[in-house]
Amino acid sequence: MELHPKKRIEIIIERVVARRLTDVLDRTGVLGYTVFPAQGGRGQDGVWDRNGLVSAAGHMVAIVCIIDASRLDETLGQIYEVVERQIGIVAVSDVEVIRSEHF
Amino acid sequence: MENVIGVLAANLLSPMVLFFVLGLAAALARSDLNIPEPFAKALSLYLMLAIGFKGGAEVARAGLDAELLMLIAAGIAFSFAIPVLAFALLRLTSPLPKVDAAAVAAHYGSISIVTFIAANEFLRSQAILFDGYLVAVAAAMEAPAILTGIWLARRHDAGSDRGARNNGSLFQEILLNGSIVVLVGAFFIGWITGEEGLLTMAPFIVDPFKGVLALFLLDMGLIAGRGLRGSRGALGLQTILFGMYMPLISATIALAAAAAMGLEAGNAALLVTLAASASYIAVPAAMRIALPEARPAIYATMSLGVTFPFNLAIGIPLYTAAAEMVT
Repeated sequence: MELHPKKRIEIIIERVVARRLTDVLDRTGVLGYTVFPAQGGRGQDGVWDRNGLVSAAGHMVAIVCIIDASRLDETLGQIYEVVERQIGIVAVSDVEVIRSEHF
Repeated sequence: MENVIGVLAANLLSPMVLFFVLGLAAALARSDLNIPEPFAKALSLYLMLAIGFKGGAEVARAGLDAELLMLIAAGIAFSFAIPVLAFALLRLTSPLPKVDAAAVAAHYGSISIVTFIAANEFLRSQAILFDGYLVAVAAAMEAPAILTGIWLARRHDAGSDRGARNNGSLFQEILLNGSIVVLVGAFFIGWITGEEGLLTMAPFIVDPFKGVLALFLLDMGLIAGRGLRGSRGALGLQTILFGMYMPLISATIALAAAAAMGLEAGNAALLVTLAASASYIAVPAAMRIALPEARPAIYATMSLGVTFPFNLAIGIPLYTAAAEMVT
């Protein structure tokens, strides 16, 4: 089966800004993304856990999208505008997909 | 005075406070006791719905008067002004940077709805009458402090100006915050449906209310304990003391206003409690967007780990006793 090289962007970000980020992805024409709830973890600001929190502050989500390499720079630039000041991580990795036209 | 001490002692041994202490102790002892997030969210929505609906039904029964408008105006003024005072005190007495001080100040201008609910229950336990429409005052006091907090940060060049472009959607999110929508919506539904509506809803929102509140306070204790454990070293003595004396200062200002407005003791106690409480739902979320440079370990822990237990255990009976004395 033929595989097609693509770029996978994974963003771990505070839930309060997740909608701003997905709005940006919508505007940049990304064809799809998935939002995962994050259970807990530890970063520069200490340990966090989603259980028990009544405020959206402190919750983290992971947003994953796969795009063509030709759109990577533009998409990352838009993402950076949102995440620049926030707690979180943006990681890009190489992946291969079986249906190129979906990305 | 003896009476005040007796009421304070009785409050400390109330199920609400004891469940909070249980959660706090469990978290500090690293117990695996846990309330899943969706369930905690449902408990929070239930409390908003119940308190909003009962307040609206009470308005339908007793009617509205000019006092409500006066109270709303006073509440909004407190919410705008208290952060300015809190910011000045924090800058004078603590080593917190300006952006953290502005974020903390915003929390102390806004309100804690669970502290308000606990005060409602305390007044009922003491057979002190109050008007249900104070819920509307609580809703009105939630947001103005956020504006003052952001203004304080910008005025003192703390935080980035780039956040300003997000303000339009931020204020929309604050006003349409799920908790506020349920609280205000339930208030109007209670008002429209009146006593008949309350009778229909009573098995859901009246009878189980105290049990749900106890469970919610258990969760609050867990969160406060985890926050205190996680922020060990981040909060200095001055900031912890601020979390206890700031409510007393806000309470004194509100008490003077309540006396000037000629409020009844119950309404005065609730207005004072609102002014003395600090937010831990709406404001932390708003601060993460508007002032992300501010450290949540500071403001969330001060609000929930210091001021909330202080008000729950000591503040509410104290404010009530003071309100009874001056009104």
